[in-house]
Amino acid sequence: MPWLSTLMAVPVLGAVGVSLVKSDKLAKQLALAISLVVLVLTGVLAAQFNPTSGTRFQFAEVYDWIPRFGVHYGVGVDGIALVLIALSVVLVPIVILASWHDADGTGANAPPKRSVKTYFALLLVLEAMMIGVFASTDVFLFYVFFEAMLIPMYFMIGSYGGAQRSYAAVKFLLYSLFGGLLMLVAVIALYVIAEKGTFMFPELIGAIQDPTTQKWLFAGFFIAFAVKAPLWPFHTWLPDAAAQAPAGAAVLLVGVLDKVGTYGMLRFCLELFPDASKFFTPLVIVLSVVGIIYGAIVAIGQTDIKRLIAYTSISHFGFIAMGVFAMTANAGAGATLYMVNHGFSTGSLFLIAGFLIYRRGSSQIADYGGVQKVAPVLAGTFLIAGLSSLSLPGLSSFVSEFMVLIGTYEIHPVPAIIATTGVILAAVYVLWMYQRMMTGPTAESVKLFPDLDIREKWVVAPLIAVIIAVGFFPKPLLDVINPAVDKTLSTVQVDQFTPAVADKKGAGQ
Amino acid sequence: MTTHYLVLSALLFAIGAVGVLVRRNAIVVFMCVELMLNACNLAFVTFARQHGNLDGQIIAFFVMVVAAAEVVIGLAIIVMIFRTRRSASVDDANLLKY
Amino acid sequence: MQSPVEIIPHSSGVVGVSWLMIVLPLLGAAILLLSGRRTDRWGHFLGVAMVLASFVVAVASFVELLGLPEDQRRMGVALYQFIPGMADMGLLIDPLSISFALLITGVGSLIHIYSIGYMSHDPDRRRFFAYLNLFVAAMLLLVLADNYVALFIGWEGVGLASYLLIGFWQHKPSAAAAAKKAFIVNRVGDFGLLIAIFTIWTTFGSVAFAKVFPLAGEASNGTMTAVGLLLLLGACGKSAQLPLQSWLLDAMEGPTPVSALIHAATMVTAGVYLIVRSGAFFEVAPTAQLVVTIVGVATLLAGAIIGSAKDDIKKGLAGSTMSQIGYMMLAAGIGPAGYAFAIAHLITHGFFKANLFLGAGSVMHGMNDEVDMRRYGGLFPVMRITAITFIIGYLAIIGFPLLSGYFTKDGIIETAMEHNQILGWLAVLGAGLTGFYMSRMVFMTFFGKKRWADDAHPHESPAVMTVPLILLSIGSIFLGAFLILGNRFMKFLAPAVGLPEELPVFHFGSTAGLATLALVAVGAVFAWFRYGAADVPEVAPRGSFLTTFARRDLYGDALNETLLMRPGQWLTRFAVFFDNRGVDGLVNGLAATIGGTSGRLRRIQTGYVRSYALSILFGAAVVVGALLYVGNM
Repeated sequence: MPWLSTLMAVPVLGAVGVSLVKSDKLAKQLALAISLVVLVLTGVLAAQFNPTSGTRFQFAEVYDWIPRFGVHYGVGVDGIALVLIALSVVLVPIVILASWHDADGTGANAPPKRSVKTYFALLLVLEAMMIGVFASTDVFLFYVFFEAMLIPMYFMIGSYGGAQRSYAAVKFLLYSLFGGLLMLVAVIALYVIAEKGTFMFPELIGAIQDPTTQKWLFAGFFIAFAVKAPLWPFHTWLPDAAAQAPAGAAVLLVGVLDKVGTYGMLRFCLELFPDASKFFTPLVIVLSVVGIIYGAIVAIGQTDIKRLIAYTSISHFGFIAMGVFAMTANAGAGATLYMVNHGFSTGSLFLIAGFLIYRRGSSQIADYGGVQKVAPVLAGTFLIAGLSSLSLPGLSSFVSEFMVLIGTYEIHPVPAIIATTGVILAAVYVLWMYQRMMTGPTAESVKLFPDLDIREKWVVAPLIAVIIAVGFFPKPLLDVINPAVDKTLSTVQVDQFTPAVADKKGAGQ
Repeated sequence: MTTHYLVLSALLFAIGAVGVLVRRNAIVVFMCVELMLNACNLAFVTFARQHGNLDGQIIAFFVMVVAAAEVVIGLAIIVMIFRTRRSASVDDANLLKY
Repeated sequence: MQSPVEIIPHSSGVVGVSWLMIVLPLLGAAILLLSGRRTDRWGHFLGVAMVLASFVVAVASFVELLGLPEDQRRMGVALYQFIPGMADMGLLIDPLSISFALLITGVGSLIHIYSIGYMSHDPDRRRFFAYLNLFVAAMLLLVLADNYVALFIGWEGVGLASYLLIGFWQHKPSAAAAAKKAFIVNRVGDFGLLIAIFTIWTTFGSVAFAKVFPLAGEASNGTMTAVGLLLLLGACGKSAQLPLQSWLLDAMEGPTPVSALIHAATMVTAGVYLIVRSGAFFEVAPTAQLVVTIVGVATLLAGAIIGSAKDDIKKGLAGSTMSQIGYMMLAAGIGPAGYAFAIAHLITHGFFKANLFLGAGSVMHGMNDEVDMRRYGGLFPVMRITAITFIIGYLAIIGFPLLSGYFTKDGIIETAMEHNQILGWLAVLGAGLTGFYMSRMVFMTFFGKKRWADDAHPHESPAVMTVPLILLSIGSIFLGAFLILGNRFMKFLAPAVGLPEELPVFHFGSTAGLATLALVAVGAVFAWFRYGAADVPEVAPRGSFLTTFARRDLYGDALNETLLMRPGQWLTRFAVFFDNRGVDGLVNGLAATIGGTSGRLRRIQTGYVRSYALSILFGAAVVVGALLYVGNM
C-alpha cells in the first residue's frame, strides 16, 4: 500500500472537501476529522516502521515524473523523517482545534471575519506539503515541496494575520524565495555535475568529489536552509512573520516549516557534501553559538509575547544547527530530537499566547499582569510550556538540549560551554515573561479573563502530556532516531570521540 | 537613379519625426505619423524598383492597410479623448505615468 | 584510608521498590494539581499521606540495609533506560543516600503536618501541598539517583519546586521576583554542574557513579580539579554559598513551612550532598578541596554577620542557615575525615533548623504574620510550647553542651583545626557569632518588653503545629550524641564514603572546644546586654557601618546589580537596538535601496507621448548607428 502518498492525498482531498461544504462549522469539523484520520494513518505507519532494518528509506515509492531529466516522484522515510512527519501530523489537529474561532470574527477582541473555509483548507494543504517535504527522497521533489510550502503559509499570514500582516508576509516570502532560488541553482548544478542522470537522493550521495565544487554547492543548499531555519544573521523575517501570523499558523511556521531548514542541513548538506560540511563546520558552529546567545539576549528585551517566543526559537535553532554540525552521534540524535521537542514546547507557548491574545486583544506583555489569580490553569500550562522552553529536566527539551550540548562538548568544548550559558539566559527570558504577565496584582484589563474552556484544554493537554512523557522517557523516540543519525554520520565519515580514561570493562554503559 | 527618391524619403521621414516630437495637437501628430509611414512606403517602392522585384511594393500595400486601420482606431481614440477632456493636445493626456 | 565498597545490583525486597519513595509524593503532586478544586477539602491529607508513606518506605529500606553485612551496603536499583547509551534511570541505596532520604521524608513529613495548620486559612492550600510533595519527590530523586544525569533531573526539580513555593503568593510582586531570582541564581550553579557532567562524560565515557568513581584516580589532575570546581559552582548555587548566596534571603518571601523545608530538609543540603557524593573526584584534586573549604569558611562568617543584623526573624534564620551550611561545606572539603561530620551536622541541623523555622512560623501565626522582631518581645508566657521548643533549637544550634549541635559542630571545628589552623580558628569565630545572633533572636522574641502592634493578640498555635515542634526538639536534643559518640555515624557511612586512616575520638574539653564554648558564651552575654536587659527600640537605629554592611547582605545584591544586572540590561537594550537597526536594518535597507532605485527610475515614465517618441527615436538612432558600425568593421 502506498502509505506516504495516501498520507499526502488524504489532506489534499480533504482540503477540496472543506472548501466545498456549505457551512463554516461543518468545514471546521471536517478539517479536524481529516487531520485526525491522517494522524491515525501515521500511527499505523509508525507502528510498521522498523528502525533497525537494513533498508534505509522504508515505505519507499518511486515513479518517474520528468523522465528526460531524471526527476522522480520518490518518497520514503527513515527515522529522522518519520519523527518529523509525526510531529507535523500531531500538531495539525491541535492547531485546527486551537484556531477554531480565529477566522470567525466573533469575540470582543477577535480579528475581523475572513473566509473560514479557506483557512482550514490551507491548513490541510500545508499538512500535505509538510509530509511531502520530509518524505521526499528525490532532491528535485524536495525542492518543489520546499518552495510550494511557502504559498499556503503566505496566504495564512497575509490574509489572516495581525495589523502588519502584509509587510510580514511579503518579507517572509521574499526572504524564503531568495534562499530557495540559490538552492535551485545548486540543485541543477548538482544534477549536471554529478552526471548521474537522476535527482534521486540515495544515488547522489558521494557523487560530487571535487572539493571546490562541493563547497559551492554546499553554500547554495546551506544558505537556503539557514534562511529557512533561521540561523543568525538570516533570522529577522521570523519575528515579524511569527508575530503577525495567527497563533495556529505561527505554530506550524516555527514548529514545522522552520525544521525543514535544519532537517535539510542534516540530510542534504552533510551527506551530499561531507567534505565541504567539515570545511564549513567552524563557521556554522560560530553562527549557531552567536544565534543561541544573541537570540536569548534579544528575547529578554522584547515587549511583545509572540516576538519574544520567536526570538527564543532563534536561540533554539542555534542549538539544533550546532548539534547537526557537531557531527557526533549524541549531538546529531539530540538535534533531531530537539526538532521534535521544540515543535511541541514552542508550539504550546504560541498557542497559549494565542489564547491570551484572544482574550485581551493585545500581544504586549505590559498589557497583562496577575493572570495567575484569575486563570490558574491557563497560567499553569503557560508555565509548563515555558519551563520546557528553558529545558527544565523532566520536560522534553532538556533531553535534546543536554544531548546536543554533551555531544558538542565531546569534540568542540569551548563552543559547548559558551552555548551552555544559554540555559541561564533562557531562565531569564521565560521567568521574566511569566513574572510580568502572570504574577503580581491582577491588572484591571484581565480581571474578567475566563480560564481555559474545554476546547482549549483539549488543545493544551496533548502537548503537555507529550512534553512530560518524552521528558521522562525519550527512549522510544531515540530508538527510532539513533540508527538513522548513525547512518547519516557514517556517510560523512567522522571519527567518534573516545573517553580520555578508558574503562577496563569496555567503554560506555 | 534612385538616390533622389531615397533622399526625399529620408527628408519626409525626418519632417514627420520632428512633427511627432514637437507638435502638441493630436491630429497634427497623427498626420506626421502618416507622413513617416508614407516616407517608408516611398523607400520601399524605390528599393523594389532598384532591385527589380515586387517585394517592396507588396510591403507598401501592407503598410497602407495598416495605416488605414490605424487611422480608424487612432481617430476614434482622439475623438473620445477630445470629448472627455475638451482638448486634443497630447500633453493633456498624460494619465499613464509613473 | 578504607575506600567505599562496590555497588551491587539489587532488585528484590523493599529496596527493589525503593522507587516508591520518589513516585508516591510525585503521584500526590500530580493528583493534587490535576484534580482542581474538587480535592480542596481533603487534598492536604493526601499530601501528608503520600510523604508519610514515602517515609515508611525509606525506613523499611534503611532497616533492610542495616540487615546486610557492611560490604554489601551499596545497592544499585536499575529502573529503565533513559538516554540509551548514556544514562539510565537508577537508584543507589547506600548509607549516604538513605540518611538523606530519612531526613527528607522524616522532617519533610513533620513540615507537611505542620503546614495543615499553618496554611489552614489559605484558599490555595491544596496547591501548596502539591508543590511540597513535588519538592520532596525531586529532592529524593536527587539523593537517590545512581548517576549524574538523573541527579541533575532531581537537582533542577528542586529548583522548580523552590521557584513555585517561594513564589507561592504570586500576587505579591516581591514574592514573584524572589522566586525568579532563586531560580536564575540556581541556574548559574546548574551551568557549572552541567559542564561538570559534560567533562565527566568525555573523561570517563559514562556518568554512572559506579563507573566513574573507581576511575577517578586515573584521570589527569587538571581535569579532576576542573570537575571539582565546577561541581562546587553547582553546589554554591543550590546551597547558597558565596558567591551565589543572594537568593536565599529573598527566598523568605515564601510561606514559612517552605523556608523550613528549603533550609532544613531539602534544597540547601543538596550542595553538601553533591560534594560528599563526588568525594572520589575531590580526593584526587586537593586544589578543589581547598577552594571548597575556603568557600565554606567565607560563607559561614558571611552568613553569621548577616544574621547578626537582621530584624526580620526569618531573614535572621536564613543567615544562620548560610552559616551552618558553610560549616558543612568546610567539613566536606576536608575529605573522608570530614564527611561524616558534614552529614551528621546536616542531619542535626535539619532537625533544629526545622524546629526554629517552624517555631518562627508559629510565632508569626500568632502575631498576624508580623516578622519584625522589634515588634515581638515578651512572648514567652503566651506561647510556652513554641517558646520552649524554639529555645531547645536555639541551644542546639549554638552548640550548648550535650545538645545535638554541640557534638556535630564541635566535630567539624576540631577536624578543621587538625586540617588547617587558620580555617579552624575562623570556624571558632563563626561559632561565637552564632552565639550572638541566635541569642539576640531569642531575647528579642520571647523576653524583654512587649513591643506588639496594637492589633496583635498572640496565642499558642494548634496542636497540629506544636506536635511537630515537640518531635523536632526531641531530635535536636539527642540526635547529635547518638550519631557522634563512638563514631557511630562515621562507621555507618563508611561503605559509601570510606573511612579516614585514624578514627577521631570525641573528647570533652579540648582546646578548640573550650574556646568555642567561651566565645559562644561571650556572644550570648553580649546579646543579653544589648537585647535582653536593655530596651529594644521599635524602629531600628541607624547603626554603625558594620551593621549597615550586614543589613544590606554584605552588599551582595548591590554587587550583583552593578556587575551583572545593569550591564545585562544595557546589553539587552543594545542587542534589541542592534537587531532592529543593524541586522534587520541591513535587510530593510537593501529592500529600501531597491525600492528607492525603482522609484527614481519610474520618474522616466512622464506620461508625455512626445518624450516617449523622442526616446524611441533616440533608441532607433543608436541601434542603426550600432548596426552601421558593426557592418563596417
